[in-house]
Amino acid sequence: MTAQIIEHIFDPWQAIAKHQKAANLSQQFGATATFVGTMRDFNDNADVSAMTLEHYPAMTAHYLEKLIEEAKIKWPLLDVLIIHRVGEITPSETIMLIACWSAHRRASLDACNWLIEELKHRAPFWKKETRPDGERWVEKNTDGL
Amino acid sequence: MTIHVKFFASLKDKLNLEDTTVEQANTAGQAWDIATDNADRPSNVLVAINLEYAQFDDTIKAGDEVAFFPPVTGG
Repeated sequence: MTAQIIEHIFDPWQAIAKHQKAANLSQQFGATATFVGTMRDFNDNADVSAMTLEHYPAMTAHYLEKLIEEAKIKWPLLDVLIIHRVGEITPSETIMLIACWSAHRRASLDACNWLIEELKHRAPFWKKETRPDGERWVEKNTDGL
Repeated sequence: MTIHVKFFASLKDKLNLEDTTVEQANTAGQAWDIATDNADRPSNVLVAINLEYAQFDDTIKAGDEVAFFPPVTGG
């Protein structure tokens, strides 16, 4: 079970493969559910050329670990990987990866969905967008629809 | 009695405050009042005490870290 906060570009698919290999899960898991959040070049009908993600380092690390622990209690998970970017991000770069491994599909699918929503509501990250008319803090997350 | 106080994101910019300390605050709300010199507190401000979400009337003690920030927007 791993949570990472990183400042550099990463390839989510390589991260999944690398983690899966290192965790030595072969022949145990029957399901892997993943969510990859990617930066768009628009928001609220405006162009967005870049974004800065600020966080509260100690609390963010604490909450990501806490969410993983809570997910492990709720579902029979074999492993969880969360990677979240901070700092400067540009469109098409990955912001966040969540991957869950379990023996059967329901646990990993439900846990992945739950982790996305809980992270968005509880983990202390904040986005500031760069738009044609200047920088703007994002006031709240979308409802995801 | 020293309380460590932090502000993040738009709140940090608006108040021009990031890290400070206050003395003699008994609750998180009092820490806000002292640290900001009684600035108006937006209704959506969240508070954490020692890395856990808390309420403004929760008690604080020497050495605690109190953080104020707007709704989170990660993910």
